[in-house]
Amino acid sequence: MKSKATVVITLSVLLLSVIFSSCNKSQDNVIKIGQFASLTGSEATFGISSDNGIKLAVEEINSSGGVLGKQIQLVTEDNQGKPNETQTVVQKLINRDKVVGIIGEVASSRSKAAAPLCQQNKIPMISQASTNPEVTAIGDYVFRVCFIDPFQATVMSKFALNSMKVKKVALLIDQRNAYSTGLADNFRKTFVEMGGEIVEEQKYSSGDKDFKAQLTAIKYKNPEAIFVPGYYTDVGLIAIQLREIGMTVPLFGGDGWESDKLTEGKAKDALEGCFFSTHISTEDPNPLIQNFIKKYREKYKIEPDAYSFLGYDAMMLMADAIKRAGSTEGDKIRVELAKTKDFKGVTGNITINDQRNAIKPAVVLEIKGGKFKYKETIAP
Amino acid sequence: MIEFIQQFINGLSLGSIYALIALGYTMIYGILRFINFAHGDVFMIGAFSGYYLAFLFSFSTFTGGASVSMAIVILLGSMVICSILGFTLEKLAYKPLRNSPKLTILITAIGVSLFLEYGGQLVFGADPKSFPTLLENKELFNVGGAAVFSNSVVVIIVSLVLMILLRIIVMNTKMGTAMRAVSFNHNVASLMGININRVISFTFILGSSLAAAAGILFGLNYPKVDPLIGIIYGLKAFVAAVLGGIGNILGAALGGLILGLVETFVSGYLSSTYRDAIAFGILIIILLFRPTGLLGKKEIEKV
Repeated sequence: MKSKATVVITLSVLLLSVIFSSCNKSQDNVIKIGQFASLTGSEATFGISSDNGIKLAVEEINSSGGVLGKQIQLVTEDNQGKPNETQTVVQKLINRDKVVGIIGEVASSRSKAAAPLCQQNKIPMISQASTNPEVTAIGDYVFRVCFIDPFQATVMSKFALNSMKVKKVALLIDQRNAYSTGLADNFRKTFVEMGGEIVEEQKYSSGDKDFKAQLTAIKYKNPEAIFVPGYYTDVGLIAIQLREIGMTVPLFGGDGWESDKLTEGKAKDALEGCFFSTHISTEDPNPLIQNFIKKYREKYKIEPDAYSFLGYDAMMLMADAIKRAGSTEGDKIRVELAKTKDFKGVTGNITINDQRNAIKPAVVLEIKGGKFKYKETIAP
Repeated sequence: MIEFIQQFINGLSLGSIYALIALGYTMIYGILRFINFAHGDVFMIGAFSGYYLAFLFSFSTFTGGASVSMAIVILLGSMVICSILGFTLEKLAYKPLRNSPKLTILITAIGVSLFLEYGGQLVFGADPKSFPTLLENKELFNVGGAAVFSNSVVVIIVSLVLMILLRIIVMNTKMGTAMRAVSFNHNVASLMGININRVISFTFILGSSLAAAAGILFGLNYPKVDPLIGIIYGLKAFVAAVLGGIGNILGAALGGLILGLVETFVSGYLSSTYRDAIAFGILIIILLFRPTGLLGKKEIEKV
């Protein structure tokens, strides 16, 4: 009996000392910024691309002297592309790592899972690429450096009517994805307002492999194009199966298509001549963009995509706000983030409006031979 | 009508894949009276073996170079790999537990399933892989807009051939007779001089190779494979097996086809939102009226 008590006491002392020692470890000479990203899982390219961009930014900030005389330390957590995992890792970033700001994520559903935690704990959060309007509506600590879906929907409605010259469009929506349903709702509204017609609507759930039933139903409504506001993980399979049921109409979608994995395998031919809107074109001759591509290539030996640029900008803006605030207090950083005006980012000048969104133009890309070719820029 | 025909073909090819996986569930249940929850993951390993075999045979990947003989070699190769896997799993994980309570072996099966899924993520990577084009997908005929492509037909024909072969093995060979004897009663079969261990190993080999074939056919039709595809397809195939009457081989095939057709028609004519709800709703209704499934026989428990 006595020995049992001794064991319990020893164990608790050990446990406590571990807890205290990890608390004392927080160093004073660094500023910790947290990041949650989908580094593994089916949408891994979202996380990896933007993580690369963020790391590039951190490296540049630190080599030019850091912020407030301190180095930035990036704490990255993988959420495996799952919203519930996101809450766990963001809790950890806030409570254990004591980060002063959080960057994340590309996918709106995961940003929506993290935002309430950041809001409660008064930790400013910048999403690099979540376009669903509800993300920043969660609270005044949540910001983004990209455009939002109502604008993206307007862009694609205009593009469909004026450039693709299609009036009868079918929708294929990922019902499990907040980004997809939000973008579809906005598109339906603006496209019909501008004189277009939605001839059929079908739904799928991300991760489905068989889309033939929905596509066959769409086929017999004879649309001139199909709007698929989903993620690249499903779009490839959708395109392949669309061609297999003998349909040749183009698909078009939003920035969820942006990934070099989109045109892998058979999808390369199936997606020929399809369009999507996104944040940036790597063909843009703007020296800011070309310079970034050069640095990125040198460091990673691969090509960046839009999320690399946005990740870089999100990190740079966070550092800039801390600098302007002259403090790492969440409240002060938040005030400075909200005041951001004409911040020079690689994705263009960033001005944060009173809904904490960035106002920026969008580009439309065309898929040609598996590559994304610049088609046009549509200003807000 | 044309839309209906096209949806029917879509449903048949999806159902054939369910049916092939369901056969494995039902055979193992018939012999051992337990649900091998790792079976769906054997299907996933089948798809991945096909993926890697295609590269091994320096397949001119993704575009062209597809030949029927190569596709058959890859199909057989992957069936062999999964047979070995099924055989090993049974020997290592299930055999030592044969005389323990049924619950123990069921939990072990779930463990094996998780091992294969997350081991697969570790070895193959978590991101989906593009399955190479094993066969050119040609338009066979087009009747008033109902296009029939070769891949859907290949899936249906290969499944049919495999099911007929299975039927011949089970009904007309010595091993098949032994399997049926074991499924009636282990002890009596053993008294008649049947080597139970061999029969059980053979059942696992047969079931796993069918799962591998399903994996390849899956990759042919839906060219994207990831280590977690076994979960949902395994579950659907399990439902198909129960629907048809678990333990009954014909029932598994029938259950798979029904499930595939129902899912396709619900997605096509109603909404994919209700797809699983209606498919599983039908299962519940059928089980209410026929608790042993469509073709299942009533088992009389002797006290």
